[in-house]
Amino acid sequence: MNTFSDSAVTALALLAGFDPMLLSIVGRSLGVSGAACALSCALGLPLGAWLGVARFRGRGALLTLLNTLLALPSVVVGLIVYLLLSRSGPLGFLGWLFSFKAMVIAQTVLVLPVAAALTRQTVEDVDRAHGEQLQSMGAGPVLRSLLLALDERYALLTVVIASFGRAIAEVGAVMIVGGNIDGFTRVMTTAIALETSKGDLPLALALGIVLLGVVLALNALIALVRRWRMVAIDQPLLLETAPS
Amino acid sequence: MSGLIQLKAVDVRFGPVTALTDVDLGVGTGERLALIGANGSGKSTLLRVLHGLVKPAAGSVLRDSATRQAMLFQRPYMLHTSVLHNVALPLWINGSRWKQAKEQARLALGRVGLGEAALRNARALSGGQQQRLALARAWSLEPHVLFLDEPTSSLDPHGKREVEALLAEFARGGMTLVFASHNLGQVKRLATRVVYLEQGRVLADLPVQEFFNGSRLVETSMEADLFVKGEMA
Repeated sequence: MNTFSDSAVTALALLAGFDPMLLSIVGRSLGVSGAACALSCALGLPLGAWLGVARFRGRGALLTLLNTLLALPSVVVGLIVYLLLSRSGPLGFLGWLFSFKAMVIAQTVLVLPVAAALTRQTVEDVDRAHGEQLQSMGAGPVLRSLLLALDERYALLTVVIASFGRAIAEVGAVMIVGGNIDGFTRVMTTAIALETSKGDLPLALALGIVLLGVVLALNALIALVRRWRMVAIDQPLLLETAPS
Repeated sequence: MSGLIQLKAVDVRFGPVTALTDVDLGVGTGERLALIGANGSGKSTLLRVLHGLVKPAAGSVLRDSATRQAMLFQRPYMLHTSVLHNVALPLWINGSRWKQAKEQARLALGRVGLGEAALRNARALSGGQQQRLALARAWSLEPHVLFLDEPTSSLDPHGKREVEALLAEFARGGMTLVFASHNLGQVKRLATRVVYLEQGRVLADLPVQEFFNGSRLVETSMEADLFVKGEMA
């Protein structure tokens, strides 16, 4: 057998045996990226919805900046967060460098533009088509943005999933601010990079399989949500008791 | 007939495009005013100016601040929620408590014959039902003036009749109606006054009987007369 097939067999054995080290790395990855996704969506969805509806001076420049941030390299984010959290940085007093929190912050900064920009586009499209009807009912820009975001919740669920996917797949930022410390800040992507450089291909491959599995599960989830959305439109909504 | 809204020398421009030019128009209480004209003549823009959705580039819009208004669109937007919530939401936006809004919404749905559909998803309704739902949504706000942008253009004949019957009922209750339409039969049935627009200008503004009386219309506007003859042919 060649190296790849040997590694693949060992990797499957690690997965099937629920290897504790593998599980702890996977759990930490999901935790960091889940928290970063939750934070960035909590900020990015309302911000993006508002940007989709609001009209103000400088909006075009702000949108250009936001779209530019979509391509922000993760190592640059890692470097900026590193400088902020380092002992001599403005947030050094927190003592968060090389910690779980530092990795969450770095991924949040990385993913926030994704959540905000995709939400902005979704809400702006629907506002152009129907916003004046809500305006006609008396809804101002803030309420309109919230109503449209709520109404596009299935589309925005895709934004949430895409944000999580961006977070869990990145390596540069968490490597810099987390330090890839074994049992403490090591996550799937940093572990894959390290194990590959050490030549421990089975563990790297096992982690790669899990990472692919997570991405596959996310795509399956998107497909399910879309299907559920199509079916849900023609279902009665049992939100409360029938009217008398 | 007291004036609810008065436009004076109104111009509307969208970038380089002039949508309305020097429009003077008053809407009186209890009127049923039809706006007619070819596509792109400015009917929808004029409705939006009257309702306050579009601000004029020049001229003035005088409106009694106590006047309540609502607007019905050609393709009403249904939120992805129940029929009941779609009607209750504007009431809540306009200050009603949510529970009270839902009770008012049930009354409005009963009025348009959609009481049984209250818990259905609004987007699952047919086009005619959605337009009746939009009417319930507008009626529940108890507007003095209801603006309608081609309210029956996307409906089948049955749906058209249902919506027209409701509009006639609203008008009998004293509601002022201002509607854009391509359907001259509908204009004859519903309107008390007709305004003809061409390229953003008001070329004729006559009571409905005079508008459809050929000689009076020819005296007022040759273009309007040609339009009516073309549509009736």
